[in-house]
Amino acid sequence: MKKIFEEHVATIAATQETPASPSAPRRMTLNMGPQHPSTHGVLRIVLELEGEMIVSAEPDIGFLHTGIEKECEQKTWQQVVTLTDRVDYLSNLANNLVYALTVEKLLQIEIPPRAQWLRVMMTELSRLNSHLVWLGTHALDIGAMSMFFYCFREREDILRILEMFSGQRMMTSYIRIGGVALEAPRGWQQVVGKFIRAFPSKVDEYEDLLDSNPIWTRRTKGVGFISLEDMLDQGVTGPMIRAAGVPMDLRKTEPYSSYEKFDFKVATHTENDVYARYRVRLEEMRQSARIITQALEGMPEGPWQADAPHVVLPEREKMKTQMEALIYHFKIVTEGFRVPAGEAYQCVESPRGEIGYYIVSDGTSKPYRVHMRTPSFGNLQALPTLLKGILLADSIAALGSMDFVLGDTDR
Amino acid sequence: MSLPKINHAAILETKEAFGETTLIADPAQIVDLCRYLKHEEKFIRLSAITAVDWYPSEPRFEVVYHLHSIERNARLRVKCGLGGTNPEIESATAVWSGANWYEREVFDMFGIGFRNHPNLVRILNPTDWDGFPLRKDYPVHGYKYGYSNE
Repeated sequence: MKKIFEEHVATIAATQETPASPSAPRRMTLNMGPQHPSTHGVLRIVLELEGEMIVSAEPDIGFLHTGIEKECEQKTWQQVVTLTDRVDYLSNLANNLVYALTVEKLLQIEIPPRAQWLRVMMTELSRLNSHLVWLGTHALDIGAMSMFFYCFREREDILRILEMFSGQRMMTSYIRIGGVALEAPRGWQQVVGKFIRAFPSKVDEYEDLLDSNPIWTRRTKGVGFISLEDMLDQGVTGPMIRAAGVPMDLRKTEPYSSYEKFDFKVATHTENDVYARYRVRLEEMRQSARIITQALEGMPEGPWQADAPHVVLPEREKMKTQMEALIYHFKIVTEGFRVPAGEAYQCVESPRGEIGYYIVSDGTSKPYRVHMRTPSFGNLQALPTLLKGILLADSIAALGSMDFVLGDTDR
Repeated sequence: MSLPKINHAAILETKEAFGETTLIADPAQIVDLCRYLKHEEKFIRLSAITAVDWYPSEPRFEVVYHLHSIERNARLRVKCGLGGTNPEIESATAVWSGANWYEREVFDMFGIGFRNHPNLVRILNPTDWDGFPLRKDYPVHGYKYGYSNE
């Protein structure tokens, strides 16, 4: 271990000793350190600059690594749901959903339609949440500071809706194995309806604010190009691929949780630069608003949890009056339910790309191995290719367009 | 979605469960198999590489590759078993450059060596960390802090 570290340090030192000559400019090694307002988290990038041009960029991750995968092996299946919230902390429900779907695949239980529609609605709300944060912080990095306030004004409404449903603004853990955690609260249609009726005009407002600004278009058009072959080879997924013209959206190609019943378009663009990614995400916000409107109008009645008493906790009132419900509750909470041995991989379209959980079960009440295939890890791998040969000022715009989250990368 | 049968010398077994296909492969020929799957079977995307530790049974480690084909809209899992003492396998960076960070993570967490990897250094843990955290014989709280009931 020490030997590998020493060799690593020796190779870094070797690259710094480039002597200056009249034709070859001296390179400067600049550390874009883990503490930086624009790296969207604790990301360290070691840049090698020739003047203002980036020659190489080496990301150094692991500052937010908290060992969530190891922690998942120590908790019961239902307890892991709270851990999954915190992996991608800007779109929590997408993580909950993919975990619940994978375990339900192993358990082979049927989820009732109302639970599926509630899941779709909440996941789309969290997609709006994530894209609003992205737009606000991306514009802030480039210099359009007022966008931040506009986006967070809408985000406040979404957080209030999430709080109404689950009691928590961010780490909701609303989607559980077997359905959703709680019944939708009284009066939710009015609150969600009011928000979603006003939302499309807000997206128009953002578009108007940014597109009519020549500084924005100059700073984002033609910046941050990375070829489609490089992206596919290096494991990039999500809006970056869609901005290069490939309509790869898991909600359409491998639909899950009744997404096939919703009518929405996959946003694509062809230019493959920062401006194209901005347009793709803006369009995704509009499509998510369409999905939420359809979910609101067509929400089916019925149970919000699966009919699987050995997995799903019984209703509170039943637990207090019926003996069987009490016994089930006791067994599920103390020992946890068992999942049959096997392995499954399920992926979901999170706002950042393909998020997939590979879960191995050995038949006990705790997972044996949970691997989270997170989109930001794959996307960040392409960072050296993205940043090579562009100006330092443009690198911030390019980084922001990648939309990674360090909790997602490091877990 | 079940795939038509894939034939290659490195495949020892094919399993299907929950609509997913898993190939059990021979680790000595893994790069050959990956190249075949990428070019002939059109699995151009590598989704993830990970590993599972089956301590104390042998083969101890299982390296798992998740592949995705956009044009066939299909997914595939390839698994190879590696022994517990000095596990080593050929790196798949020759086939997909995206295997780079995933193999670094598997090396960091499980201690599995990848031959011919361009930069096999720890990625999530600090570079001078001791031990391989995701192994089953590595305690949850680690070795640095003295928790009494370990």
